[in-house]
Amino acid sequence: MFTTRKQYEPYTSPFDPCPPIRVKTYVTAPNLYVGFQPPNLPQFPLREALMKGTLWQVFYDPYYSPYETKTKGDGS
Amino acid sequence: MWIYEKKLQYPVRVSTCNPRLAKYLIEQYGGADGELAAALRYLNQRYTLPPKVIGLLNDIGTEELAHLEMIATMVYKLTKDATPEQLKEAGLEPHYIDHERALFYHNAAGVPFTATYIQAKGDPITDLYEDIAAEEKARATYQWIINMSDDPDLNDGLRFLREREIIHAQRFREAVEILKEERNHKKVF
Repeated sequence: MFTTRKQYEPYTSPFDPCPPIRVKTYVTAPNLYVGFQPPNLPQFPLREALMKGTLWQVFYDPYYSPYETKTKGDGS
Repeated sequence: MWIYEKKLQYPVRVSTCNPRLAKYLIEQYGGADGELAAALRYLNQRYTLPPKVIGLLNDIGTEELAHLEMIATMVYKLTKDATPEQLKEAGLEPHYIDHERALFYHNAAGVPFTATYIQAKGDPITDLYEDIAAEEKARATYQWIINMSDDPDLNDGLRFLREREIIHAQRFREAVEILKEERNHKKVF
């Protein structure tokens, strides 16, 4: 399934001084995939759009700290 | 000329007196990829870009000023009632010595704002690519601040600002497509 959270596994050494973070994540925001915005994309209701920061559903991609909620910031 | 609306673009709420968060947020105030740098960069570059994309830089540059105001409000709320002792614990004593609780344009490490953070090359593609990079850097900075922050109300405002960075990057990418003038052509390269 498509996600804007990507993961990779860096090399970890048996001699790493800190407990290794086995999976690292990074964000590939939706603007990377859309190109020139096509017409007639689905919109949020206006009031909701004001709070979300965008009118366009395709560009809405909120970021949560992985430390804030375990479910939203970690790629799921 | 601008018309000022005496309200914030998005409500700024702060749940706890936490000067340490102010220290992080000041990066987006007077840092290299902060809102001040963004506003000054776009509002300056707009003069020497092709007319088709001037309006975009005008609008985004203006919005960055509204973001700057939100960051200022956050920093102000986080520090206004902090005791010198709390500011000291947050590592803000150098700031306090120089500015008391006043805001100042410097980054999280205390380095004052400088025009060398921004560029205007006069080449439209070069300038727009810098603008895209600036938006993505600001988006990343917001992510790192959200990671460091434990204030859900503040994070809500930061999420809004980060979303706007995504939209701005999208519009700058579209501006590049407009200048490429290949949008409605059938492409056979």
